[in-house]
Amino acid sequence: MGSRASTLLREEEIEEIKKETGFSHSQITRLYSRFTSLDKGENGTLSREDFQRIPELAINPLGDRIINAFFPEGEDQVNFKGFMRTLAHFRPIEDNEKNKNPPATEPLNSRTNKLLFAFRLYDLDRDDKISRDELLQVLRMMVGVNISDDQLGSIADRTIQEADTNGDTCISFQEFMKVLEKVDVEQKMSIRFLH
Amino acid sequence: MAERWRSALLLCLLMAASSLANSETPVSSSTGNETTGTGHETAAITTLPIVTWKWHHVEVPYLVALWVLVSWLCKLVIEANHNVTNYIPESALLICFGFILGGMIWGADKVQTFKLTPTTFFFYLLPQIILDTGYSMPNKLFFTNLGAILIHAIIGTCWNAATLGLSLWGCHQGGAMGNIEIGLLQYLLYGSLMAAVDPVAVIAVFEQVHVNEVLFILVFGESLLNDGVTVVLFNVFDAFVSLGGGAIDAKEIVKGIVSFFVVAFGGSLLGTVFGLLISLLSRCTKNIQIIEPGFIFVLGYLAYLTAEMLSLSSILSIVFCGVCCQKYMNSNMDENSIQTVRYAMKVFANGSETIIFVFLGISAIDKTIWVWNTGFILLTLFFILIYRFIGVFILTWFLNRSRLVPISFVEQIIMGYGGLRGAVAYGLAVNLNETKIKEKNLMVCTTLIVVYFTVILQGVTMKPLVQWLNVKRAATVDLTLVEKVQNKVFEHMLVAIEDISGQIGDNYWRNKWRNFEEKWMSRLLLKPSARKKQDRLFNVFHQLNLQDAMEYVKEGEHRGSLEFIRNESAFVDFKKKFGEDYEEAMPDIMAVMADDQGSAMRLRRDPVPSVSLEMHEQNMRGLREAEGINSHYLLDQHLYKSRKQHRYRFSRSHLDINQDENEVQEIFQRTMRSRLESFKSGKMGVAPPKTITKHTKREPQPKMPNGRNKPYHSGDEDFEFSEGDSASGYDTSFPMRVGYRAGAGIENPAFMPDLDPSSPLHIPPWLADAGLEVNPVAPSERAQVRTPGHLHRLASLRTSAQPGDTVRDRNLLTPPPPPHRDDDHL
Repeated sequence: MGSRASTLLREEEIEEIKKETGFSHSQITRLYSRFTSLDKGENGTLSREDFQRIPELAINPLGDRIINAFFPEGEDQVNFKGFMRTLAHFRPIEDNEKNKNPPATEPLNSRTNKLLFAFRLYDLDRDDKISRDELLQVLRMMVGVNISDDQLGSIADRTIQEADTNGDTCISFQEFMKVLEKVDVEQKMSIRFLH
Repeated sequence: MAERWRSALLLCLLMAASSLANSETPVSSSTGNETTGTGHETAAITTLPIVTWKWHHVEVPYLVALWVLVSWLCKLVIEANHNVTNYIPESALLICFGFILGGMIWGADKVQTFKLTPTTFFFYLLPQIILDTGYSMPNKLFFTNLGAILIHAIIGTCWNAATLGLSLWGCHQGGAMGNIEIGLLQYLLYGSLMAAVDPVAVIAVFEQVHVNEVLFILVFGESLLNDGVTVVLFNVFDAFVSLGGGAIDAKEIVKGIVSFFVVAFGGSLLGTVFGLLISLLSRCTKNIQIIEPGFIFVLGYLAYLTAEMLSLSSILSIVFCGVCCQKYMNSNMDENSIQTVRYAMKVFANGSETIIFVFLGISAIDKTIWVWNTGFILLTLFFILIYRFIGVFILTWFLNRSRLVPISFVEQIIMGYGGLRGAVAYGLAVNLNETKIKEKNLMVCTTLIVVYFTVILQGVTMKPLVQWLNVKRAATVDLTLVEKVQNKVFEHMLVAIEDISGQIGDNYWRNKWRNFEEKWMSRLLLKPSARKKQDRLFNVFHQLNLQDAMEYVKEGEHRGSLEFIRNESAFVDFKKKFGEDYEEAMPDIMAVMADDQGSAMRLRRDPVPSVSLEMHEQNMRGLREAEGINSHYLLDQHLYKSRKQHRYRFSRSHLDINQDENEVQEIFQRTMRSRLESFKSGKMGVAPPKTITKHTKREPQPKMPNGRNKPYHSGDEDFEFSEGDSASGYDTSFPMRVGYRAGAGIENPAFMPDLDPSSPLHIPPWLADAGLEVNPVAPSERAQVRTPGHLHRLASLRTSAQPGDTVRDRNLLTPPPPPHRDDDHL
């Protein structure tokens, strides 16, 4: 289709993305094909509907939240760079990266950034705190219908209790990181992207 | 009590059988025995006999029927008490019953009159089992993992055969086995017949153990496909043994390799041809619906025999026959026929399996075949286990480097441990030529012992092993609530990102295949009425959902809280492919069926944990602790499983629906509801009411069209909801028209021309994959009221005629939506 030509990926773009996200050339081209196949409107950006069209996401309890995570604050379209930036969080942390001199800015797939991504799934209003309500929302999404609101509320309360160190009944990002320090985030939040 | 007299009945029958057999020639010998004719050529009668004893007249069929009855009675006795089958798999118990029966016959006859002969096994007992597995195979899962399955089947089996043969030979040279006359070639032959993992045994044991779908399909698929390799290896080495060691040169070896390809691909191709034949046939059987179900059995059997005749792999042939014809059969045949086929297959397969295991047990009690060589037997057992594990570990290491979802260590152990040998190995062993292979009896014995070991011992210990491994991994660390929740969050996240990033390679080929299939094969193999029906059903479905949605909006409108500009029309984008995509997702999860009652690993959805009963006696601190335990317990029980954990089971004996489907339905409904809400709130500028009593689930996903997609929809008759949950990118310029013709009901031709010819015809396979009454796409409330769960009945449904003018009211419009974005939009 003729319209595709204008949206083909240019070499410079690939280089930029490579530097920013750390994906390899072939991974980027492959993900670009995926991007274009999702982009039914063929305008070089994805909207929420494009994501919602993936049927498996409809049966994922956190599907819509994750879709949300792709879109920067207040926007409703995401371009390929944004797409890759979000996916970059899930790149596995390679050993050789740890040995190299740390780059100027922290790579997108560092442990902190991964946790930040996870944190933002809860924290919709971006106030850097997970309130009880936000936690309740996520819990409700992940749990069946057999738990009553009260029970869920008490679970949420206990959860906050475990994490909250400064007593403000919210979980800040620092507290979040602290309580998950024993969890192998690198492994649990990485997928291997095909070449 | 009832059990006791059942067992007594069994014994009586048995005594009758053996006493009858006692006085007559054994079944296994040819039927044209000298005594058959006695009925006719007895000494001249002197007076008219009123009743005569005509045993020989009916001997063979009688004994066959009697043995079938006895085997099935054994199964009855075993299944009388579910507690036992929880610990010991049914196959093991059947073998034990076989021992008992064999012992009784031996006691009566001093010779084993009934054995599992290779002919009976390969021609009369095995085909229906394999046909059942092929027909119920979850195609999508199978073909997605085909690469891994093939690697395990081909390379794994060759590895098993080679290493077993060579190691045994090495030990022989080392003198560990004493004085037996087996050469290297014969060892390799023996290795090849022991190498194959047996599908019958695998299913029988895996029924007890809940493993996830990927693992299941890997082991199961491997067990089916390795027949190609086994047949080739066996024939090749058999021929080599006949030729003698000297005649083997490079040419013969090359021929061996070529024969592998010919046998394997030839068998599969033959099966596919037969499958297509059946599909074509089912297209024309409208007038003979009463015997429609029979064709698959006959043609399947012919596929098997034809492959045997051409010395190709018969198991592969019948598997692919079943795999290919599933979809078309389920679309073309009448509903009753589909049910009949399903049930009949299960009956035959289950029945055959029972008979096989009983006879495996009986065949052991035969002094003539027993040769005991400690070294040989023990070494064989040892090597089989070891090499299986080594093979699995090496192969999965290779595979994991290119798999998106690596196969975990626990899963690898289960795969290795699940490499059971069964009746196929025994059948091949008995087929060995005694003159060329002097130690045939030793081999037969060892095969039997290996089969017993794997089926009984490994079967019994499989479940505890799995539980121990899982428990072990989970219990190493006591997780906090946050960690638990977060782990689940991670799992769901990963699954979602995998789906979003997709696997391009698969999708590309899958799309190509789908297009090809829609264009050519569906046209050829599906009844025209079947093709139309799919769309009609889908349309009706969609319309019902649509109506619900529109009524919901209308209500809101009447309440006056909605402000929108009246416009002429609304488009609803009915993406045909959408349903197909859903079908793909759903059957993954809910593909098949098993009922789970006896399983200890099943978590009950009990919202009131027993812990709370003790809360009264505790003081405040204790109360808090109890709450803590409560929370952990609740979370453990109720957190949705991520897709990785969803259980898939192919069950020989159950046709029910997987419990996990409820979870999926819940999630799906909730997601759809929230999307609809946010859509409404975005469009109407109103926050959706907190309590939604009506479950409006919109099945098709509304799409936001922009200019470029307009030519995609044809004319007036299109219907489109545009989702306006985003303030920007909203094209208000395009007209929205209601093309919904009042009272058009299901015959709405609106949707007909709209169908691209490549529209997927996926409801039946969707149903077929999902099995029975399950309706994977959540129907709207109205649909639920009208359709008692069975999608096919929608075909005769008429939607209520709407007066024309109210149709105009049901417009969905394009207001400039208020910039406020609902926070509920998840």
